Amino acid sequence: MHYQGESWGYYMPTSSMPSDTMERVVKLASESAVVIFSLSSCCMCHAVKRLFCGMGVNPTVYELDQDLRGKEMERALMRLLGNSQAVPVVFIGGKLIGSMDRVMASHINGTLVPLLKEAGALWL
Amino acid sequence: MQSFKAAAATTTNTDMFCNSSYFLSRHQTRFPDLGELDHPAVAFHHDDAVDLSPSSFFSLKSSNVGVVANNLHYGALNTTIGAAEIVSSGTGCLDTGQFMYQKGTTFGSSLGNGHIENWADSGLADNSQQTDTSTDVDTDHKNQLHGVQHGPIMVDSVDQSKLKCGDQKTLRRLAQNREAARKSRLRKKAYVQQLESSRHRLTELEQELQRARQQGTFIMTGLSGDHGHSVMGNAALAFDMEYGRWLDEHQRLINDLRSAVNSHMGDNELCILVAAVMAHYDEVFRLKSVGTKADVFHMLSGMWKSPAERCFMWLGGFRSSELLKILGNHLEPLTDQQLMGICNLQQSSQQAEDALSQGMEALQQSLVDTLSSACLGPTASGNVADYMGQMAIAMGKLATLENFLHQADLLRQQTLQQMHRILTTRQAARALLVISDYTSRLRALSSLWLARPRN
Repeated sequence: MHYQGESWGYYMPTSSMPSDTMERVVKLASESAVVIFSLSSCCMCHAVKRLFCGMGVNPTVYELDQDLRGKEMERALMRLLGNSQAVPVVFIGGKLIGSMDRVMASHINGTLVPLLKEAGALWL
Repeated sequence: MQSFKAAAATTTNTDMFCNSSYFLSRHQTRFPDLGELDHPAVAFHHDDAVDLSPSSFFSLKSSNVGVVANNLHYGALNTTIGAAEIVSSGTGCLDTGQFMYQKGTTFGSSLGNGHIENWADSGLADNSQQTDTSTDVDTDHKNQLHGVQHGPIMVDSVDQSKLKCGDQKTLRRLAQNREAARKSRLRKKAYVQQLESSRHRLTELEQELQRARQQGTFIMTGLSGDHGHSVMGNAALAFDMEYGRWLDEHQRLINDLRSAVNSHMGDNELCILVAAVMAHYDEVFRLKSVGTKADVFHMLSGMWKSPAERCFMWLGGFRSSELLKILGNHLEPLTDQQLMGICNLQQSSQQAEDALSQGMEALQQSLVDTLSSACLGPTASGNVADYMGQMAIAMGKLATLENFLHQADLLRQQTLQQMHRILTTRQAARALLVISDYTSRLRALSSLWLARPRN
């Protein structure tokens, strides 16, 4: 598992522009096969990471508390998911899968592995 | 017999036994001993115990109709039997023979030359008089005529000669029967009183329970003064009770399923039963969801489960992967596709469990870190702000505990549903039975263990 932190050369204005943030989220999400937005202090995020590692998948993790624009992205993700918990959020092949419950449900009903294979995250 | 029926139609509310005999004749199937009613001129068997509510018995012997009531068990008929009406029409409904009744009542009735000895009927209004004196039939008849309070009773003439013989035996029989009837009346009274008091107690308890729930107070432990705890305790209690009810219903559904499988029911009907059990499982997950939000520690503690179940508990419930291992051989024969599906399900549930377990470990570690931060032990200063800060962080971490429990329950529910999808109706039925039997065994083991003799 490798972590990828984002660093920006310039300071963005504080008035958050949701569309920009969302665009950034989507852009990041499509850059890797499996993308997890997380918080380093969140234990459920830890569980999601362990789940993918246990399957032999190498997810790209963005710790939003270590990102300058993390707060905005958290808010954007909250809007996207429609609940109070921004993280963890999983994207596979650029597509939004959801939070822990959706990931687990997908794994149990057998749809997760095909998705992972399709995205190129799993070979076997 | 049909004269009885005809007569009964015109009976009034006189407490005469003719009605009961009519009743008896009509409802003989309920009283096997009354078969004799069919046979006229059956002798009265005084040895037979008579337990007639209200503990009265009668024997009618007449030239036309010999109705003998022996072993009348009228427990179910209550006082309606007591309100026996003897009615006869000109056709000779009752050619009265001897009417023998338990003591206690004078029953005024004109029975033609009906020789009424005792009329014992606690349902009768005229209860006060006359107990055991009525050996002399003729005089009694006259006496009882004075006590008439009921409607007209017409009885044809009785054959007096039959009454004279066996007076001695008759007396003894009468006395014995009176005694027996009296005892059975007392027994009945005691029983009814006991029932009444039990019912009263039951309603009292129900009301108390209702009140306690509404007020959120402990009813079982003595913590009623502690309102802080009482709300949580109430939630825990509420869940325990709901879960108990769920278990009973579950057992009932499983029994239905079992008999359906054993009787080789068709798939269409079996499907419905299986779906019912699955829907019922959804119900327990809903209950657990409510319980988790109300009192997460109680759900985690597993105190609502039996001890042996608790021992094998994982994150507030059963382990899906373990359940699938238990099912293992019981599902055969499986198609290749089914086999692969079950194997994948076992693997994915195992992986999900591991992930959640590791998340829980991280949570625990994080809590330990928070609570054991710098300001502990002798160096702990009175820095309230720090303390409160750490507590706030710890509280936030505890909140995620609910989420973990919720995810674990979701995992369990989804595993069951996926299993249901993979298997055929019959296989699913067997699987549900296996799961239920396994948990029943765990519960039985708990009971046995608790009850084991200790030296």
